[in-house]
Amino acid sequence: MMTNAMALAGVVVREMYRRKDFYVLLILTVIITLAMGSVNFFNDDKIVRYLKELCLLLIWISTLVMAISMAARQLPMERESRTIFPLLAKPISRGEVILGKFLGCWFACGLALLVFYVFFSVLTGVREHDLPVLSYFQAIWLHWMMLGIVTAMVILGSLIFAAPSSNATISFVVSAGILLLGRHLNKVALQMSEPSSTILYTIYYNIPHLEIFDVRDLIVHNQPPIEWGWWALATPYAAVYIAIFLFAACWIFKRKSLSA
Amino acid sequence: MQHSPMHDGQRMTASEPILKIDNLRVEFRVAGLKEEVKVAVDGLSLTVNAGEVFGFLGPNGAGKTTTMNVLLGFVPPTSGSAYIFGTDVSQPIARQRIGYLPELTYYYRFLTPEELLRFYGRIFRIPKDQLEKRIDEVIKLVELEHARKRQIKTFSKGMQQRIGLAQAVLNNPDLLIFDEPTSGLDPIGRMKVREIIQRLKNEGKTVFFSSHEMGEVETVCDRVVIINQGKVREEGQVTDLLAKHQMNLEQIFLKLIGYQASV
Ligand SMILES: Nc1ncnc2c1ncn2[C@@H]1O[C@H](COP(=O)(O)OP(=O)(O)OP(=O)(O)O)[C@@H](O)[C@H]1O
Ligand SMILES: [Mg+2]
Repeated sequence: MMTNAMALAGVVVREMYRRKDFYVLLILTVIITLAMGSVNFFNDDKIVRYLKELCLLLIWISTLVMAISMAARQLPMERESRTIFPLLAKPISRGEVILGKFLGCWFACGLALLVFYVFFSVLTGVREHDLPVLSYFQAIWLHWMMLGIVTAMVILGSLIFAAPSSNATISFVVSAGILLLGRHLNKVALQMSEPSSTILYTIYYNIPHLEIFDVRDLIVHNQPPIEWGWWALATPYAAVYIAIFLFAACWIFKRKSLSA
Repeated sequence: MQHSPMHDGQRMTASEPILKIDNLRVEFRVAGLKEEVKVAVDGLSLTVNAGEVFGFLGPNGAGKTTTMNVLLGFVPPTSGSAYIFGTDVSQPIARQRIGYLPELTYYYRFLTPEELLRFYGRIFRIPKDQLEKRIDEVIKLVELEHARKRQIKTFSKGMQQRIGLAQAVLNNPDLLIFDEPTSGLDPIGRMKVREIIQRLKNEGKTVFFSSHEMGEVETVCDRVVIINQGKVREEGQVTDLLAKHQMNLEQIFLKLIGYQASV
């Protein structure tokens, strides 16, 4: 099972580095950050923080856009270019195709994250003469887990929504919505009347809380890393959601009739 | 590498057909103003025996591709059944031993032929050292040596079709299912395909293919079936059909699908 999935994942990763999107996002992030950074020449504490915040925000947006657009086009592209037919005619199951696509997108995101954070480390290293390796490691890891949930969700979406663009848009709105509002939903629910209150609580307790993977504030303010116990818990939390999304995707894909 | 139901103690004997389609019916729901049901395959039955080259003929829209899609498990039959190597196609079938060439396919545009074949070879679990040798062989077979390190997106239609052939024979399959293997190829390419089919036959393989080239079918096929609107119109040994109708295959084809010359 893993051999087939990894072979397919290799194709997805190869696609990422042969396409231009990733480089465009990377260069944009670098240029915007450096342009903002060059506005001041003093090592003002506030300015450095502001710069870090901006750079991290750009990294979050870029990787989210990349993860969503990449995952959203995988299965529709296979159908459209009809590569799914010679592929499924080989001894590979539809479940392995889903898993391979997910792993490929997720590994590609991991590679992109490394590149982005290397730039971020260089930037902060130059400005602050400090490199909190452990904090950064935690941040990258959590970020990667978060992208895993998003990728799995988008792959499921690509089997539900007909158009890849609507899937990508909805996924982006949902992910950004959870990141921005996810932690406040229960407070909002508290002030609501029934039945909207119950509905909102149900949503609150079931959505993947992507915002818990976001430790940007700690990095911007040079706080110590979070407790390793909490950090370790985040991984199975992500794994559960990834598994749910991928199982649902397999269930749908196995029942799909693939013609024309 | 070769895991086959034949060796796994199934009730398969030498005389049992490699491919068997039994009263197959495939309907599509066509979303329109009101929902309609389109019958693509209508009570189709046929058998293909080991070592045969079998031509699957019919006009555009006759249901050839749809039938092949059922054989490979892409489309579930509405009713009826189909078996490959004695296994129902709704089961995870013995794909290890099948080579499939789809119609009108583009392969991963950003890969090179080598990379593509290496990817498929991994799925077939061909050991690394054997795989490289096999890739050389099939690339040579379809005459793409000059382009083996170029991304597929730069290829012409015929070159894409050649890659399709290369991937279909990569695993040295016992049953080949080709959907219009010569479409888009130049005369030399067509001759090459005929040669490949002939060679596969000499190696004892079974070939099941659709085509619109009657001359080609007449020269390479042992047996043919002609279908129209999802139904069998004629079936038999090529030599028998020619003797029975006293005309060439193209004329038989046109007569059976009810074509009247307008001039
Ligand atoms: N997904 C689908 N939805 C609705 N109708 C379909 C679908 N796929 C095929 N059909 C219909 O089924 C019929 C058979 O199509 P099929 O592709 O099997 O023909 P074919 O014999 O392969 O033709 P060609 O020689 O043009 O390749 C056609 O009338 C086609 O319109
Ligand atoms: Mg067809």
